[in-house]
Amino acid sequence: MLEIKNLHVKLEEEDKVILRGVDLKIGAGEVHAIMGPNGSGKSTLSYVLSGRDGYEVTAGSATLDGAELLEMEPEARAAAGLFLAFQYPVEIPGVGNMTFLRTAVNAQKKARGEPEVTAADFLKLVREKAKTLKIDAEMLKRPVNVGFSGGEKKRNEILQMAMLEPRMCILDETDSGLDVDAMKLVADGVNALRSEGRSFLVITHYQRLLDHIKPDVVHIMAAGRIIKTGGPELALEVENNGYADILNEVG
Amino acid sequence: MALPKAKEDALSARLAGLPALSGKGWLAAARADALTRLQAMGLPAKRDEYWRYTDPTSLNAADPAPAKSFNPGDEAPPFDSLDRLKIVFVDGVFDPKASDDLSAEGIRIERLSDAAAADIHWAQGLYGALETKGQSPVQRPLATLNTAFATDGVLIHVTAKAAKPVSLVYIHNSETSDAILHHCVKLDSGASLTLLENGPAAARLNKVIEVDVGDDASFHHIRLQGRDHERRAVTHLFARLGARSELRSFTLTANGRLTRNEAVIDLTGPDARAHLAGAAVGDGEFHHDDTVFITHGAEACESRQVFKKVLMNGAVGVFQGKILVKQSAQKTDGYQISQSLMLDEDSQFLAKPELEIYADDVKCSHGSTSGAIDETALFYLQSRGVPRRAAQALLVLAFLAEAIQEIADDEIAEDIRVRLEGWLARHGNKVRV
Repeated sequence: MLEIKNLHVKLEEEDKVILRGVDLKIGAGEVHAIMGPNGSGKSTLSYVLSGRDGYEVTAGSATLDGAELLEMEPEARAAAGLFLAFQYPVEIPGVGNMTFLRTAVNAQKKARGEPEVTAADFLKLVREKAKTLKIDAEMLKRPVNVGFSGGEKKRNEILQMAMLEPRMCILDETDSGLDVDAMKLVADGVNALRSEGRSFLVITHYQRLLDHIKPDVVHIMAAGRIIKTGGPELALEVENNGYADILNEVG
Repeated sequence: MALPKAKEDALSARLAGLPALSGKGWLAAARADALTRLQAMGLPAKRDEYWRYTDPTSLNAADPAPAKSFNPGDEAPPFDSLDRLKIVFVDGVFDPKASDDLSAEGIRIERLSDAAAADIHWAQGLYGALETKGQSPVQRPLATLNTAFATDGVLIHVTAKAAKPVSLVYIHNSETSDAILHHCVKLDSGASLTLLENGPAAARLNKVIEVDVGDDASFHHIRLQGRDHERRAVTHLFARLGARSELRSFTLTANGRLTRNEAVIDLTGPDARAHLAGAAVGDGEFHHDDTVFITHGAEACESRQVFKKVLMNGAVGVFQGKILVKQSAQKTDGYQISQSLMLDEDSQFLAKPELEIYADDVKCSHGSTSGAIDETALFYLQSRGVPRRAAQALLVLAFLAEAIQEIADDEIAEDIRVRLEGWLARHGNKVRV
């Protein structure tokens, strides 16, 4: 599904190298987690994969089912099946949440040469999916993320994911700013989307989220590299001992 | 007080290009009075504080700068699908053949020149009267010039709820046309009217509308200033609002070399409401000036000013907006926002918001911003699959939404949104975000 090879990235405007050779391979239907201390490059990895400006790829590649992502516009990556749930979902005053969702769904369909969804079908689908995420009609009517609480914003991200049905989902610290109940709700939303053809990359600081979204593989990232890879037990080790031991061990 | 030499010369040059005033009757008297007032104040000059951001030279000149009319291609003329009473002016001259019969239930309409012959006319107390009142505390000489030399116009008396909107259509054909239009609208107590205006009117347009909104009456005004690139226009809307009355005015300006839209609104009766809004989009040689003066003279009135401009490739936007709250106007609720979205670094927005408040129990808020498109929002939309151009258009429309929401009629609001989408699609390729 997603294959990252020797990815090197620096900031465009300053000489600051952030990723120093990331290698990562996620198979279809797998859930991988990336943990790591602040500043290790986790969020940068998610932004570079989704195509945000401000980063320069100096070496390496990232392919989605063989297609090179790094050369595509962000919208083309989305149409190819990549989705990033933002750590800080963006507020867009003046654009209704519903309009936003429908524009996005139809833009992707158009890019893939599929017929657009009718207004009626779309409405039905949104209501259904929104209900399971406890997103009420009022939230759908309001401008995108404007006046949403932290939890509502994250649930709205998962709703977008559910509507867009991507194959490769990246969740960037989706647990940040959430209380236990909200995290459970978000995790349930994610779990409902797990399937053989859909893979996840879950970026998080805490093991807690991984209690709810059970990963197949856990990676530890530090100083722009993946320094250790293991099973779910690796996350527990971090939770109990912090990153220091692993960092020392790797040297 | 004698005028400075430069102003005297400018006025003489302008008057030389206009016909001498003559005739008798109430209209001739109003015109003569206006000429006397104009001679005392002179034409606006770049050095006048009120014209600091907009150069009036081309509006003052004896002859208009030539301006080609614009062919909008397959874009449907505005308001075509509405049941309306259409009054057509071609290059500033009333065209009876293209116009509907000037009558409908609740409305009486006369051409200015026809009304001039009457011994006594209701417009006698209105024509030039609100304009005269609007000269203080700031002088508006181009409106006075209009009162003196208006070449055409209509007088609309609304006695009840108008059966349909009155639609003034301004067609521009001649490259050198110079139109001076003056309309008066009087709404009796409890009457209501929607006035639609569209089209560039002429190479150069000087237009005044005086509106007397009676107690409990309601006046809705929606204006589209056409898509001509080279036309120039100065317009004034003078309105007096009675108790519990309502005025809503929305203007869409796309293109135009120079536009100065002034609105002078007097809230004279308690509980009256005035909402003024404008959306302007300009690409390249575009100078657009909204100048608004709202006077709260009675208790518990509400006023809103919402002006938004999208500027690119060196376009210039100006906003001068004032709320004056007199001592008697307790419980005033005033709101003013002027914002520009600048799609490149060459464009310019000049804003002068002013509040002058003499009452002590008043709620007044104002704000003015200018900025670029939000890159983060743009990326967010793109990351969801929306192509960059479409995402830009969506964000620009979102920026304009607050102004468009001021249009009371949903169908017209939607039509205007679609027109703006078209404009953005045509001009968006030049956008450098």
